Amino acid sequence: MLRVDVSKQLGDFLLQASFASAGRVTGLFGASGAGKTSLINMIAGLLRPDRGIIVIDDKILDDTARRLHVPMHRRRIGYVFQDARLFPHLDVRQNLDYGRRMNRLADNPAQRTRVTDLLDIGGLLDRRPGNLSGGERHRVALGRALLAQPRLLLLDEPLGSLDEERKEEILPYLVRLRDEAGIPMIYVSHDAGEMRQLATRIVMLRRGRVTAFGGAEVLPGAAAPMGATQNDR
Amino acid sequence: MFELSTAEWTAILLSLRVATVATLVATPLGIALAWLLARREFWGKSVLDAAVHLPLVLPPVVTGYLLLLTFGRRGLVGAWLADHLGIVFAFRWTGAALACGIMAFPLLVRPIRLSIEAVDRRLEQAAGTLGAAPWQVFATVTLPLALPGVLAGMVLGFAKAIGEFGATITFVSNIPGETQTIPSAIYSLIQTPDGDTAALRLVLVSIVIALAALVGSEWFARRATRRLHGN
Repeated sequence: MLRVDVSKQLGDFLLQASFASAGRVTGLFGASGAGKTSLINMIAGLLRPDRGIIVIDDKILDDTARRLHVPMHRRRIGYVFQDARLFPHLDVRQNLDYGRRMNRLADNPAQRTRVTDLLDIGGLLDRRPGNLSGGERHRVALGRALLAQPRLLLLDEPLGSLDEERKEEILPYLVRLRDEAGIPMIYVSHDAGEMRQLATRIVMLRRGRVTAFGGAEVLPGAAAPMGATQNDR
Repeated sequence: MFELSTAEWTAILLSLRVATVATLVATPLGIALAWLLARREFWGKSVLDAAVHLPLVLPPVVTGYLLLLTFGRRGLVGAWLADHLGIVFAFRWTGAALACGIMAFPLLVRPIRLSIEAVDRRLEQAAGTLGAAPWQVFATVTLPLALPGVLAGMVLGFAKAIGEFGATITFVSNIPGETQTIPSAIYSLIQTPDGDTAALRLVLVSIVIALAALVGSEWFARRATRRLHGN
C-alpha cells in the first residue's frame, strides 16, 4: 500500500497530488509537464516535498509535519530511469550486483539467476554498458533495480526513449516483471496503450493535480471513445 | 661529462623524495577540496577558491616568506607543532615538501575539480537510489569516473613540485643534503666558477624527469579512460 499526499512549489508550477494505491502496478498517467517525474522523484527521495506525507505499508518515508525525511539511499525504492543510467566503468555483472553490495545484502545466486533469466540478460554479464544496444541497456537497468530488492519499483517512461521495435522488445519483459517479480511498481507514461497493457490502477495527473483515479476506464480512450486516437488503443 | 657526482645524486634523490611526499600528501586533500568546490555550495566558497589559487599568482618568494612566518621555529603554527608534536619544518626537507606541496596545490586541484564536474550527476543519483550512501557514491562512482583527472592533477602537481624554487629557497634555504633540490643545486652551481657542466647535467636530468612524468600521465590517462568506457 502506497500513500502519497504531497505538495511542492517548483518555480511557477505547483504540484499538489494525493492518492493511495494498493495495485500491483500503479500507472501514473499524464501529458509531459503534468508533474509525473517530479512526483516519483519525491517518492524516490530525490526531491523533498514542501508539505505532506509519503508512506509505503507501515514505513513513513516523508512526513513534513514531523520533520521526517528518509534519505534516498535508505528508502529501498528502485528507480528505472528513462535513460537507464548504467555505470559505464562497471560491466553488466557489476552493475547488477551494485545494489546488493550497497545494501549489504547476502549474495543470492538463485535470485540473480531468476532475474537474469526473466530479463534474458545472462549472456551480457561480461559486457560493458558502452557495448549494449538500447533495449539491452534497459533490461540491465531493470535487473539492477530489481536485484537491490526494493519495496517499490519506479519506472519513469522506460519505453519513452525507444523506437517502436525496441518497445515491442521490452514490453513483454515488463509484463513478466509485473506477474512474476512480486514487487509493487509505479509505471509512469503518457501512452494510454502502455497503461492498458501494464497498469492495474491508474492515477491521472494533470497540471500538477490528480484528476482521476481508478481502473483502465479512466484512461482517455475509454472515457471518450470518440476522441481516442489510434495510438491510445 | 655525463658522470653524476655524489652531490648531484643527493640533490636528485632529495628532489624526487620532496616531490613524491608533497604529491602524495596533497592528493587526498586536493580530491576533498576539488569535490567541495565542484559539488557543494557554501558560504565563502569563492574566497576558498581564491585562496587555493593564491600561490599560483603570488610571487613565490612571498609564499615562502609567509611560510617562514607561519611554520618557522618562532612562527605561530611552527612553534606549536615543534613543542607539541615535535614536527619541525624550518630548514628541513619536510619544509621543502610543504613549500612544494602548497605551490603545486592549485595545479593539482584544477584538473581533479574539472573531472569531478564532468561526472554525470544522474549516475550519482542512480547510485543513491540503489542504496549507496553519499560517501559510497563518491567512492564507487564519482572517484573512479574522475580518475583520469586525478592522475593528470597528480602529474602536474609532481612536475611543479620538482621544479619549485622560489618558495622553497626562501622558506628552507639551500642546504646540501637537506633542502637543496635540483633547482636550488642548479642555482648554486651557476653561481660557482666552473659549475657550468654540472649545472647542465642537472638541467638534462630535469628535462628527463619532466618528460617521463608527462609521458607517464598520458599513458595512465589513456588506460584509465579506456577502462572507464570499456571498449
